[in-house]
Amino acid sequence: MAYLEARNLTKIFGPNSADALARLNAGLSKEQLLAETGHTVGLHRVSISVEKGEIYVVMGLSGSGKSTLIRHFNRLIDPDEGEILIDDEDILAMSLDQLGRLRREKMSMVFQRFALMPHRTVLDNVAYGLEVRGMSTQPRRARAMEWVETVGLTGFEHQFPSQLSGGMQQRVGLARALCTDPEILLMDEAFSALDPLIRSQMQDELMSIQARLHKTIVFISHDLDEALRLGDRIAILKDGELVQVGTPAEILLNPADAYVRAFVRDVNRARVLKVRNLMAPVPLLLGDAPLAQALEAMRQAGTDVGYIADANGYRGALVRSEVAEGAGGDQPVGAHMLRLPAIASEAILVDTLRETLSSRYPLPVVDERGALAGVIARDSVVDALMPDDSAVEA
Amino acid sequence: MDFDIFPDFGKPVRQVTNAFVKKLVVDYAPFFDGISAGILWVLLPLERGLRGAPPILILAIVAVITLAASRNIVLTVGIVFATWLLGAFGLWDQAMQTTAIIMVSVLISIVIGLPLGVLSARSPTVRATLNPLLDLMQTIPSFVYLIPAAMLLGLGKPPAILATVIYATPPLIRLTDLGIREVSRDLVECARAFGASRLKILTSVQFPLALPSIMQGINQTIMMALAMVVIASMIGARGVGETVLVGLQRNDPGRGLVGGLGIVLLAIIFDRISQAFGKRLQAYREVRS
Repeated sequence: MAYLEARNLTKIFGPNSADALARLNAGLSKEQLLAETGHTVGLHRVSISVEKGEIYVVMGLSGSGKSTLIRHFNRLIDPDEGEILIDDEDILAMSLDQLGRLRREKMSMVFQRFALMPHRTVLDNVAYGLEVRGMSTQPRRARAMEWVETVGLTGFEHQFPSQLSGGMQQRVGLARALCTDPEILLMDEAFSALDPLIRSQMQDELMSIQARLHKTIVFISHDLDEALRLGDRIAILKDGELVQVGTPAEILLNPADAYVRAFVRDVNRARVLKVRNLMAPVPLLLGDAPLAQALEAMRQAGTDVGYIADANGYRGALVRSEVAEGAGGDQPVGAHMLRLPAIASEAILVDTLRETLSSRYPLPVVDERGALAGVIARDSVVDALMPDDSAVEA
Repeated sequence: MDFDIFPDFGKPVRQVTNAFVKKLVVDYAPFFDGISAGILWVLLPLERGLRGAPPILILAIVAVITLAASRNIVLTVGIVFATWLLGAFGLWDQAMQTTAIIMVSVLISIVIGLPLGVLSARSPTVRATLNPLLDLMQTIPSFVYLIPAAMLLGLGKPPAILATVIYATPPLIRLTDLGIREVSRDLVECARAFGASRLKILTSVQFPLALPSIMQGINQTIMMALAMVVIASMIGARGVGETVLVGLQRNDPGRGLVGGLGIVLLAIIFDRISQAFGKRLQAYREVRS
C-alpha cells in the first residue's frame, strides 16, 4: 500500500494560475500556454506512489519539475490541482498548525546546497529540528551529538559550517535531517553538489543508514547512475510529465520511449543489473536418474545441457556433448556431471562477468538458499550489455 | 481682474495645521503630558545616574564595556582616552546629559524601528506605505516638527527626544528591512521544511543573519541622533549641543569648536563600541575555513 502518494498533481507558475489551469485543462498545450499567457507548467498531472521503506528516486534534467514535485510533499509548494496523501491523510486539507506538526515530526529534508545555518555550530545545526520541536538544550545536543558521530564528524561538532568541506557539510545536512527521526526523508539533489568520489561515499553511507533505519526516502537526482544505484524504484520526469516508473532493471531493459532510451544508453549496465534480471528458466531439471534416461530426456527437450539438483540444491550439470562415447547407460548421471559454477541470483552482473562470459554453457543461478532458480547464458549477458540501439545509433 | 495661475494652497494648509495642533494641545493635553512624563521617567534617573557618578567610575565602566565588546586593549585605551578628553575639554557634565538623551532616543528608535523593519520586509504593502513616510522623516527640516513638538510636549528634553527619534529611526527601519530580505531564501525554506513557525524563523534564522545590517542601522541611528543634539538644544535640551549653540549666539568660535569636538568625541565613542559589539555577536564570520 502506498505510503506517500501524489495524484494528478498540476502546478503552474505565473500570476494567474487558476485561469491558466482552466486553459490547460481545456486542451491548450504547454507551449501555447506559455506563449499566450506567460505561465509555465511546472508539473502536469503527475501521479506517483511511494511505498513505505523504499528509496524512490525522481529523476530528470533541470527544468523537468523534480524539485517542484518534492516540495509538494511538505507543501513548501502548493499544487494548483491534485491530491497529496501521506499515510492516507490528505495533507492539502491540513491547517497551518497540522502542517507544522507534520513537518516537525514526520518528515525532514536535505537540500542540494546544504542550507546549513552559517551562524550555528555543526552541533546546533544538527539539533535544529529538535529545537524547533521545543526540546531543551541539553537533551537535544546529546541527541544531535549521536548523529554527528554516526555521520563521522566527531571532533567537528563545535566548528562552523564554513570551516567544513562540501562533503562534510552535506553530512551535517544528512545528520540534521535524521536527527528528528522522521519517517520520511525528502532529499533534493542532496549529493549533486559534491565531487564524484565524495558523492559515491555519501551514497554508500545513505544506503548503509537506510539498511538499518528503513526510512521512506524520496530522492531527487539528475544523475542516472545515482538513481540506478540508490533507487528501489525510479520515476523519470520530463518537462513536468511522468515518462516512466520502474525498478532500475525495468528502466534499463525496457525503456518506455526514445527519451528514456537516450538517457540510459551510456549507463554501465553491468554495475546496475543483477543476475536475477537476466536469468532464464532452467531448460531441463534432472533428478538422480541413470545416464541413458537423462540423455533421452535431453534429446526430447531439445537441449544440450541439463541441470542436476536434489533436496540440498544445485549439484551440477550434464552436458550431452561432453559425455564420453560409450559411457554405460546405467551409470548414475552424477558420475558424468560437470561442476559448472553456481551464480548467486542477487549478485551484481559485473561481479559475475568472468564466469558468465567465459562459460560455453549457461551457468546455473541459485537463490540465497542454494536452490536452483534459473540459468544465465553468455548471449543474454552480451545482449544486455550491448543494447540494439547503441549499434543503430552508431 | 488678474487671473492667477497659482491658487493659494498655502493658506488652507497653514490654517488646518494650526487648528489641528491647537486642538491637539487643548483636547489631548493629558495624553501628551503622559508621553512627556513617560520619557522623563526613563530619562531622568539615567541622567541623574550618569551625572552623579564620579567620572572615574564612568571611565571604568566605559573601559569594561569596550573591552567586553572588542577584546582589544588598544581600542579600549583609545576609547577611555576619548572619554577622558571630554572632561578635559570641560564638557563632562554636558556630555553626560547628551549621552542620556542619545541613549533614550536610540532605545525608543530601536523599539519602534525593529518591528517596523520586520513588517516592511514581510509585506510589500507595508514597505510601499512606509517608504515615502521615511523619506519625509529624513528630509523635512527638523524645525518643522520641533515647533509643534515643543507645543505638545513642553520645552526641554521630551520634544528633543521626539525630534531625534523622528530623524534617527528611518535608517534602522530601512536597514532592518534590507537585512531580513537579503537572508538566503534557501535557509528560510529550510527552516520552513523543519516546521519552524514564522516567529521561530525570524528569531533563529532571519534576525541572526540580518544582524550585520541591523547593527549598521543601530549605528546609523546613533550617529544621526548625535547630529541632532545642536538642534535639540534650541528647544532647551541641555548638553554638548548647548555649548555649540552658545558659541554661535555669543560669537565665540572657540567655544563652538570645543562643543563640536565634544560631539565628535561622543560619536567616536558610541560608534566604536557599537561596532565592536556587533562584531562580537557574529563571531562565526571571523572563523577561517
